[in-house]
Amino acid sequence: MTDTMIRTSALTKRFTVKKETVEAVRGLDLRVTRGEMVALLGPNGAGKSTTLRMLTTLLPPTSGEAEVAGFDVVTRQREVRARIGYIGQGNGAGHSQRGRDELVSQGRAYGLSVADARTRAQELIDSLDLGAVADRVVSSLSGGQRRRLDIAMGLIHAPELLFLDEPSTGLDPQNRANLQEHVVRMHAEHGTTIVLTTHYLDEADALADRVIVIDHGKLIADDTPERLKADHAGDRITLTFDSEDELRRAEGHTLGIAAVHNGLTLTLRAAGGRHLVPKLMRGFDEAGVQVSAVEVARPTLDDVFLALTGRSLREENQA
Amino acid sequence: MIHDTTIVFSRELRPVLRDPFSVIFTMVQPLFFLVLFSPLLPEETGLQWFVPGMIVMSCLFGAGSTGGNLLFEMQTGSHERMLVSPLRRPALIVGRALKEIVPTMVHSVLIIAITIPFGFRPHAGAVLGLLMLAIMCVGLGALSYSLALASKNKEWIFWAVQQTISFPLLLLAGMLLPIEGGPAWLQFLSKLNPLSYLVNAERELFNGEVLTANVGLGLLAAVGVAALGLWVGTRQMRQAVA
Ligand SMILES: Nc1ncnc2c1ncn2[C@@H]1O[C@H](COP(=O)(O)OP(=O)(O)O)[C@@H](O)[C@H]1O
Ligand SMILES: [Mg+2]
Repeated sequence: MTDTMIRTSALTKRFTVKKETVEAVRGLDLRVTRGEMVALLGPNGAGKSTTLRMLTTLLPPTSGEAEVAGFDVVTRQREVRARIGYIGQGNGAGHSQRGRDELVSQGRAYGLSVADARTRAQELIDSLDLGAVADRVVSSLSGGQRRRLDIAMGLIHAPELLFLDEPSTGLDPQNRANLQEHVVRMHAEHGTTIVLTTHYLDEADALADRVIVIDHGKLIADDTPERLKADHAGDRITLTFDSEDELRRAEGHTLGIAAVHNGLTLTLRAAGGRHLVPKLMRGFDEAGVQVSAVEVARPTLDDVFLALTGRSLREENQA
Repeated sequence: MIHDTTIVFSRELRPVLRDPFSVIFTMVQPLFFLVLFSPLLPEETGLQWFVPGMIVMSCLFGAGSTGGNLLFEMQTGSHERMLVSPLRRPALIVGRALKEIVPTMVHSVLIIAITIPFGFRPHAGAVLGLLMLAIMCVGLGALSYSLALASKNKEWIFWAVQQTISFPLLLLAGMLLPIEGGPAWLQFLSKLNPLSYLVNAERELFNGEVLTANVGLGLLAAVGVAALGLWVGTRQMRQAVA
């Protein structure tokens, strides 16, 4: 048994559409060990799905190599497929089928006997709260129910490695939280290695042991959320003033820390924000500058992304 | 491979079994022709001539449009899910194509049952005719799935090509009107259409002529289309990427 679940080297995917070449993934070097929960974080179009599709044998890489669960994704596709679970961006269950039927046929596809597939389907129906809808046609299910059914489909064979592509996109906050709970539980109870993609910062932060930030097909950071925040972004101190005039005078007293000016607020970024604020306030006091509000925020992964790329992931996603 | 094909086959069949009436709703097209067109036929043709053609037509439209289901599954994501599963790729198309036999047989039996009260008299050779039809619909189904795979996410391409091909095949096979009286070029085109041979064979089988050259040609056409469809489909499915 190897401890490396995923190893890629210089993994690259280029698409050519009407003579235009898109470099979806450029030279990705990844390593994921058994039992990790890793999030690929990046804006839309960063290359997250393409990476997952190469790792799950759905797309042949243009160049580079990838080994998943100990097997090459190009030359040993069947071995890879038998060992992984994949929950794609769409719905795994056919819309004209019934949920339970799909679970059973999925179990059969992974080599379970009919009886075992039925038992396993029932277990998953129970643990994912699908009892009320499992015998209905999939197209009549709500988005959240369908997503839970997708998760059940991906887990039918209790894979040692599970890929989830944007598991909670399009769900309302309550369903998202519910789904994240399931993922956490699965990880904790079965030690499943999980690789998920997301463009939700809080999701990556809450779920992942390790966050791999991808932008324009390139890996730009790879660490625990805590380390990323500590290394790439300090605390954010937001100062609000009553007038432009006060603000302008305050700009001269920021202890040499660069301040970003926006409306009536100044934003400073620095490590140890809580200790800095009293010093700042003393300086303003001595200069006779009135501050109407002060806020110190711990850095978020968005701050990390901003520090790394100069762009805000939150705004990218809204665009 | 047989194991995998069985899984795909039964998965495809399940919605039909759960809701058998859905099969009947998909056969309105030949019914319209039976009700609204066959009364216009000249005396000497009649139902004995017309019904075998209608049975082939129901296979052409039923199996021919089945790729639409796959296309839908390509869009929703369940096709991708099956591509990642350890199911052998050829099974994904063979199982699907084999499933076409079921609705085609149900349609055929219904068409026969409906027309008997109106004077249609199928000969026992019809059983052989249905067998031949089953082979053809596997081929047409596989071709339809291949077309779906080739259209990728452009649904309109699938429907445009499917419609553009189906109608000439229907008319040139002489399903609606005899080809024999037509101009030479039309007769020539008809000879290029594998369905023409099947229609001729079905007519003879349903009317009790079993060991004829036309029946042999029909069988050859059905087997040929099935072989071609499965070959193309298997190739396509092996290369399918998400
Ligand atoms: N099948 C494809 N053909 C052409 N371009 C593609 C294809 N799939 C993805 N792309 C392009 O590759 C880039 C990365 O896409 P994707 O991996 O889906 O990003 P993400 O999942 O991070 O949003 C995008 O520019 C996208 O348009
Ligand atoms: Mg994506």
